[in-house]
Amino acid sequence: MIRFAHVFKAYPKGALALKDVSFHVAKGEFVFLTGHSGAGKSTVLRLIYADDLPSSGEVRVSGFATNSLKKRDVPKLRRRIGIVFQDFRLLEDRTAEENVAFALEVTGTRRSAIVVKAMRVLAQVGLAAKAHAYPKELSGGEQQRVAIARALVNDPPVFLADEPTGNLDERATRGVFQLLRDINANGTAVLMATHDLDLVRQTNYRTIELQDGAVVYDSTEESSESEGGRAVR
Amino acid sequence: MRLLMREALLSFRRAPALSMLSVTTIGFALFVLGLFGLVALNLRNALVQVEERVEIVMYLMRGTPVEVATLAIGDIEAFPEVAEAMYVTEDDALERARHELVELQGVFDDLTTNPLPASLEIRLKPGFRDSEHVRAVAERLAGFRFAEDIRYGRDWVTKLDRLRNVAGVVVFVIGGAFAVASVIIIGTTIRMAVMHRSREISIMRLVGATDGFIRRPFLLDGAVKGALGGLLAVLLNYAAYAALSGGEFEASFFTTQQSILFILFGTLLGLAASSLSVGRHLRHV
Repeated sequence: MIRFAHVFKAYPKGALALKDVSFHVAKGEFVFLTGHSGAGKSTVLRLIYADDLPSSGEVRVSGFATNSLKKRDVPKLRRRIGIVFQDFRLLEDRTAEENVAFALEVTGTRRSAIVVKAMRVLAQVGLAAKAHAYPKELSGGEQQRVAIARALVNDPPVFLADEPTGNLDERATRGVFQLLRDINANGTAVLMATHDLDLVRQTNYRTIELQDGAVVYDSTEESSESEGGRAVR
Repeated sequence: MRLLMREALLSFRRAPALSMLSVTTIGFALFVLGLFGLVALNLRNALVQVEERVEIVMYLMRGTPVEVATLAIGDIEAFPEVAEAMYVTEDDALERARHELVELQGVFDDLTTNPLPASLEIRLKPGFRDSEHVRAVAERLAGFRFAEDIRYGRDWVTKLDRLRNVAGVVVFVIGGAFAVASVIIIGTTIRMAVMHRSREISIMRLVGATDGFIRRPFLLDGAVKGALGGLLAVLLNYAAYAALSGGEFEASFFTTQQSILFILFGTLLGLAASSLSVGRHLRHV
C-alpha cells in the first residue's frame, strides 16, 4: 500500500528532514509512526499524500509513484487516502454532514447518493444525531470523529492520521483510537503518527520510530531478526 | 452547476461584510473610471459638434451655368471624403446674408446688383474632418475651371486638429491610469477574498478536489462581484450625472448599450482578477 525506498528529503536551506527512509506498509496493516517533535513524522505523511515530493528515493502509494505523479493526478491519489490531523481541519461554516458530503462532492458523486453515504458514515463514527451541528457546537472528540467520517467516506484503502489524539482528553482519545482500529479491522491500512507512547504500548501493532529524520526502529524488523536470534534494540 | 452556484452563493453568505466591501470597492473603482468615461464621452460629443461645422466653400466664377454646377456636384459627391455638396445660388447667398447680417440691412437694401457669387458648400464625412483631408479635398476642388476661390478656415481646422490630439492623449493617458488603478484595486479586493478562504482551499485539496473544482466557484464569485460592482458604478455615475446636468450644462449619459458594456467590463475584470488570484494561490499552496 505504502512503500518508501531510500527516501531523502532536503529543505531549501540544505537541512535534511528525512535520511534514507525505507519501509513498507502492507494492505490492511496498522502501523504507528513515532518519534519526537521534528523527527520527520509529518514529513513522511506529507510525502505520502503528495503535499511534498522526496528529494531522492521513491514513494509509492496505492499504485501511484508520487515522484512521477502529474499535478492533475494528485487529486486522484488523495481520493484514495483518508487523512485526519490533530487540528481536525473542518470547514467551520458547514455542518458535520456538509463537511462529510464535501469530500463526496469533489469526486462528482450524485447528490442523492451523497446524503445517504454521508449519513451512513456519520452513523459509523457515532455522530448521526449530530449531523446538523456545526464544528464549534461539537467537542474536540466529536470534531475528530467528523474528520474521520470525512476521511472514510470515499472508502480509501489507506488511512493517515497525524497526531489524531493530540488535542483530545483521555476518554476522547480512547474513542478515536478505537475508531481507527475498527477502520483497520475492515481492511484499510492505517498509518498513525503519534508521540503518545501509552497508546502504542496498548497494542501489538507494528511501530516505526524516527529520530532526526532516520528510521531508528521498526518492530517488524526486530521481530523477524529476533526470530533469527538477534535483537535490534 | 447547482453545486457551483451554491458554493459561489455560500461565499456571500459566509462573509457578507467582506463580500459587500468587495462589491463596494469594485463599484467605487469603476465609478471613478466611469466618471472619466462620462467626461470623455461628453468631450467627444462636443468635438463631434464642432467638427460638424467643418465645411469647404467653393465660390464659383460669375456666369457659371447651373447645369455645370449640378454636374460638378455629382463629381464632388463621388469623392470618398465628401458627405454632401450643396449648390447655393447668388440669390440664396444674398438672402442668407440678409438674415445673418441684420446690422448691414441698410447696405443690402441699397444694392442695385448682387455682389455675392454662387457657391458649392461641401460637407465631409466623419473621420475626414481634419486639416490634412480638408486641404486635400480643397486642392482637388481648385482643379475645377470655374472655381473662383476655395475657403475652409485653415487656422480653425488646424486648431481643431490640435484640440482633437490633446483630447485623445488626455483620454488615453488619464483613462489608462484610471483603468490600471481600477484593475489593481479590484485585483487586490478579490485577492483578499481568496486569502480569506485559503484554509478552505487547502482542505479542499486535501480531500481530493481538483484545481478546476476549487477554481470554478471563485470565478463565479469574482464575476458576480464584478457585475454587482459594475451595476453600482453605473448607478453612482447616473446619480452624479443627474446632480450635475440640467440648466445650462447639457451633458450626455451612457446609452443602455454602453451601460451594459460597462457592467460587462466589471464582470470581466472580476473574472480575470479571480482567475489570477486563485491561480496564484493554487500554485503556492
